[in-house]
Amino acid sequence: MPESAVPLLRLRDVHKRFGAVEVLKGVSFDVAMGEVVCIIGPSGSGKSTILRCINALVPIESGSILVDGQEVNDPALDKLALRRKVGMVFQQYNLFPHKTALQNVMMAPIHVLKQDRKAVEERAWALLKKVRLEGKEASYPGELSGGQQQRVAIARSLAMNPELMLFDEVTAALDPETVKEVLVTIRELAEEGMTCILVTHEMGFAREIGDHIYFTDRGVIVEHGPPKTFFVEAKDPRTRQFLDQIL
Amino acid sequence: MEAFYEWFRWLYEATGINLTIFYDAFDRNRMISGFWMTVRLCLLCIFFSIVIGVVGAWLQGSQLKWTRRAVHGFIALFRDTPPLVQIYFFYFGLGALLPRVDNAFGIPEPILTNVQWAVISLSLFAGAFNVEIFRSGIEAVPKATVEAAEALGYSRLRAYIHVVLPLAVRICLPALNNNIVNLVKTTTLAYAIAVPEMLYVTKQIWSDATNVPEMMVFLLLAYVFLVGCVVWVMARIERWLKVPGIGL
Repeated sequence: MPESAVPLLRLRDVHKRFGAVEVLKGVSFDVAMGEVVCIIGPSGSGKSTILRCINALVPIESGSILVDGQEVNDPALDKLALRRKVGMVFQQYNLFPHKTALQNVMMAPIHVLKQDRKAVEERAWALLKKVRLEGKEASYPGELSGGQQQRVAIARSLAMNPELMLFDEVTAALDPETVKEVLVTIRELAEEGMTCILVTHEMGFAREIGDHIYFTDRGVIVEHGPPKTFFVEAKDPRTRQFLDQIL
Repeated sequence: MEAFYEWFRWLYEATGINLTIFYDAFDRNRMISGFWMTVRLCLLCIFFSIVIGVVGAWLQGSQLKWTRRAVHGFIALFRDTPPLVQIYFFYFGLGALLPRVDNAFGIPEPILTNVQWAVISLSLFAGAFNVEIFRSGIEAVPKATVEAAEALGYSRLRAYIHVVLPLAVRICLPALNNNIVNLVKTTTLAYAIAVPEMLYVTKQIWSDATNVPEMMVFLLLAYVFLVGCVVWVMARIERWLKVPGIGL
């Protein structure tokens, strides 16, 4: 990315604590438009918390999070405006179980954005097709496999036309066989130029898809770099130890 | 139809089993109006008690301490006192304190009739239970599902209407059914403030025709029928709401 580009997302010295535990101890990084960033690191290192702070699901103690110029750490934050820009996909899919796949995708644009039902429905069909779920429109989440549910969740998020997508360990709850179908969907999104932040344990995938890798441990970013160099030249002992265990 | 009615007259003459409500037009009309009064009481109280339950459960999740305390107070008052005492409290206690208004003939009348007091009182009684029933359903909705709605830009109220409540209702439906069945049976307490519902007209009829055992049996069967209808409707609703993958 060109150095002069204004980043879509800018975190500066973000601190977050849950009770006595400081989960984030000064996290800073930038994500440019169209960039795919992967955050890796051991459990409890604050990876997921970073994502949850970005779309204001949890408030931060101090620091700054700018999403497209909008400060998230602001009491007067318009959460709706922020969440229109930021889509999020969860590890456990979290679909609405009482609605069909198609309805899951249609709900937020109709209820939240007050868009025309007919136009939304057309888009929802197209989105489900895009995530390769043609024919599953009328299925309830309980009738779909984990991988299928996760792709509905991705389509549901895309229906809001976000500028930034957050993926929180989206393949961690899936069977090894179904991981691939979800990763294919994410790769296509990335190739289309969607800005993505992935928290993931899929090192191979991070290496292949990521423009930049961040390694977090105990609430700080220990090391980062483009995948080509990061996975071979990581210097910090903590990074090395983690990579040795997982690769 | 006439032959059907006449059969009961024959039954009376032949066996002494006296069901005036079939062969005597006056008693029949009394019973029919009593039946519809009970049905009306049931429908109104079911409706209002569910509204109270839904709104109360929403307010119970409020950020404001005093709102939550007010809901707790309401539940304590109406769940922990006998419904008959509540009806008396409203009709004789509160009703007497309210000003009277002149009717079309210039005669002062209470603002609220005994039927209206019965509806208010029974709705609050069943509503207090419904608040707790809905709360149990709401608490069983996974927090992560609500979070997904939030991440999609839903406000707390919109998430409640479109995600939390539809799921909570499915979870708490069996408990809700129980309370509604109880409510239908509790409408007989309106008898105490002379609401002409089924028990009240039955008492009138047996006072006139001295056919207490027959009317008691009839009344019992009438409630079996009425509650049976309610249970059937609730089962239909349960089936209609059933969605694959939600444990019901």
